[in-house]
Amino acid sequence: MHPIVKLVSQRFALGLLLLFGASAMIFGLTEALPGDAAQAVLGQSATPESLANLREEMGLDRPALTRYFEWLGGILQGDLGQSLTNKLDIAESIGNRLGNTLFLAFWAAIVSVPLAIFLGLLAVRYRNRWPDKLISAVTLTTISIPEFLIGYVLVYFVAVKLGMFSPLAMINDSMSLGQKLNAIALPVIVLTMVVLAHMMRMTRAAILNVMQSAYIETAELKGLTNFTIIYRHALPNAIAPIVNVVMLNLAYLVVGVVVVEVVFVYPGMGQYLVDHVTKRDVPVVLACGVIFAAIYIGLNMLADIVAILANPRLRHPK
Amino acid sequence: MSEPLLKVRGLKIGATVYPPGEKPHNIEIVHGVDFDLERGKVLGLIGESGAGKSTIGLASMAYGRGGVKITGGEVWVNGRDILKTSLKDIRGLRGGEVTYVSQSAAASFNPAKKIMDQVVEAAVEQKKFSRRQAEERARALFAKLGLPDPDKIGERYPHQVSGGQLQRCMTALALCPEPDLVVFDEPTTALDVTTQIDVLMAIKEAIQDTGVAALYITHDLAVVAQVSDDIMVLRMGDMVEYGETDQIINRPQKEYTQALVSVRSIEHEEKKPTPEPVLSVTGISARYKGLAFDVLHNVTVDLHPGQTLAVVGESGSGKSTLARVITGLLPPREGEIAFAGRKLSRDLAGRSREDLRELQMIYQMADVAMNPRQTVGTIIGRPLEFYFGMRGAEKRKRIIELLDEIEMGEKFIDRYPAELSGGQKQRVCIARSLAAKPKMIICDEVTSALDPLVADGILKLLLDLQKIENVAYLFITHDLATVKAISDSIAVMYQGRVVRYGSKSQVLSPPFDDYTDLLLSSVPEMRLGWLEEVVAHRKMESAGH
Repeated sequence: MHPIVKLVSQRFALGLLLLFGASAMIFGLTEALPGDAAQAVLGQSATPESLANLREEMGLDRPALTRYFEWLGGILQGDLGQSLTNKLDIAESIGNRLGNTLFLAFWAAIVSVPLAIFLGLLAVRYRNRWPDKLISAVTLTTISIPEFLIGYVLVYFVAVKLGMFSPLAMINDSMSLGQKLNAIALPVIVLTMVVLAHMMRMTRAAILNVMQSAYIETAELKGLTNFTIIYRHALPNAIAPIVNVVMLNLAYLVVGVVVVEVVFVYPGMGQYLVDHVTKRDVPVVLACGVIFAAIYIGLNMLADIVAILANPRLRHPK
Repeated sequence: MSEPLLKVRGLKIGATVYPPGEKPHNIEIVHGVDFDLERGKVLGLIGESGAGKSTIGLASMAYGRGGVKITGGEVWVNGRDILKTSLKDIRGLRGGEVTYVSQSAAASFNPAKKIMDQVVEAAVEQKKFSRRQAEERARALFAKLGLPDPDKIGERYPHQVSGGQLQRCMTALALCPEPDLVVFDEPTTALDVTTQIDVLMAIKEAIQDTGVAALYITHDLAVVAQVSDDIMVLRMGDMVEYGETDQIINRPQKEYTQALVSVRSIEHEEKKPTPEPVLSVTGISARYKGLAFDVLHNVTVDLHPGQTLAVVGESGSGKSTLARVITGLLPPREGEIAFAGRKLSRDLAGRSREDLRELQMIYQMADVAMNPRQTVGTIIGRPLEFYFGMRGAEKRKRIIELLDEIEMGEKFIDRYPAELSGGQKQRVCIARSLAAKPKMIICDEVTSALDPLVADGILKLLLDLQKIENVAYLFITHDLATVKAISDSIAVMYQGRVVRYGSKSQVLSPPFDDYTDLLLSSVPEMRLGWLEEVVAHRKMESAGH
């Protein structure tokens, strides 16, 4: 078997195993919390009898392991269960919101990833000179300011004062792509500012590391310009660490956007999760947790696979 | 008379150094060097490490490696002083008029790109040829340099060809843009001796056929004698002697050049085997974990007290693996090791402290075999504490004795490894192993990283110490000159097997087996025309078969 196929399938299997472990952990942790769904539903009016009745009705009296595997079996068939508070099918409610979150994350990634890599290359090209220092200073500043602050500042100055873009990022299916993009412009800018520094600095560091190699000297002695050397000879050898940090940030764009979604009242997963955590809607929290874990593990697995594919020794064995 | 292709006048080169415990400061590493190179001629730059030869070579491309800067003088290429021209003009010079072949092609090729892309890149970027023309040229050069499958080899990645082949690809890379001058920087030093000869011949023929001029940089006078018209001997940034190859080799004027020419003049009388060997290795086969094949096959050798067994072979022959088996780092799959009359445990964990003490080791890289944060005294004192429980004044006295034995003396006791030269570092490693009062020392390529004159000093020291301490050496090396200089018996290894074993005089006298013959005849000899003779002889032999 080609070593690549073997390595990639190993990663894949490992990813699935990890996801399985994560699901068990999420389930176990919510089990370990004091109180259960029945208590949450009945609230103050709970009597021991009504609690017992409801637990029996909801199947909560059965062993945790049985319920875990039922729950897991349901997920595998696309059944995420039912919300406690509004009795709606969770998969259906999440479907739309997950789409919105991915839509926002996608556009934030489209802007931030190429920009971060380009700024990283630029910083290497002008290493220790003013463009490098400026890029570092600006990206570090934006990552240091809390994202809700950047969000409100942008809303006030850009949306309110200048009248550009919408202060609220409400989108729905009846809007055209252009309208949607206009609506999410501000959250995309905020997210970009948050993830830019990390990716840009990793790109810079990874490429600087490669720039020490003897083959960079070879390229210099071919009379190539600095920028040609950086993107043609250094970048291909720095792919693995860069992809790793890019994937980490993409995962953040999906699972870490809660604050930004709340600031811009964006109908995504984050809002949905926050709403149901406050209502102690355990099935919804479980479902969101598993989806976030799946996205996180999936993207990191993808980073590993890209790193494997980027290695010419593995891609073209002797 | 027409202007020479390369004219160097008063070249001075400086570098910033960062000595431990001092402020960084600038030093001069080349102190004003002059030379000319005519079109189509080859000038050999020779010297030990630190002589400034690579630095001078790179200066002909207006390039300084790391913190190196050209601080003065003139470098004229094709009638213009490249130290005074624009950066754009220098880019046109590099990779166009002057190209470079480095010591390690394996490191100098970008691992992520195909060989062809890298070979034609300079020619295409400098607009000397179209991509299609450049590729045609590259294929022709691959064929001329004797690479297998010249039409297809460019489609491979660097890791998919051997070291010798990659070094030829690097030569093709340098010749592809049709330069006026190629700087060859130790192009065969990293290769095995049997590979070196083919690459050397390929380079020589390529130089002759294309009429390109070359600066050939090496520390090996025997190698440079085969390819260059003139030789310049350098030492610590100064020119020592500059003349025609024949004169430098056969009638050197300066004392330093004479020392370089006559290096490896150690006389060593072969000792007779004793009845009781100190080390007996019997029928050793070994493999690394996870491998399905043996890397050592049925190895049997003896080493007698106070004598030297040289284990000689090329990279991958299994000689270092044998050392790992003897030290217990790699338990053998089969076979036995008897040491000082007792059977040694297969693995390290099963060996007594006495076993460990009596069997010491010295490594190729003295730098990395010492803790950089410990002083020489601490390094040498450690085995004294560990094996003999010495403390205080007694320990210090013994350390000083050992320092005297390695001809360094008490003043080094508080120095750190970074403050020592390469040869001194290796001496400290020798003292450390002697401190344990061993019966036997495994020396793994201990002189390979050193300059010839320094290496000579180390070998002489090892021989002297052997007489005093009656210690046996298992001497692992790829260098046949070293073998001749110090061994009493020799084991020639090839692909994990001992192909020839016996006393020095037996092993080095005909009739030879094929491999030993190839190995012996591949060692460059310091006389003009040697390369052609060997190559012609081999062609005749292969035609005869």
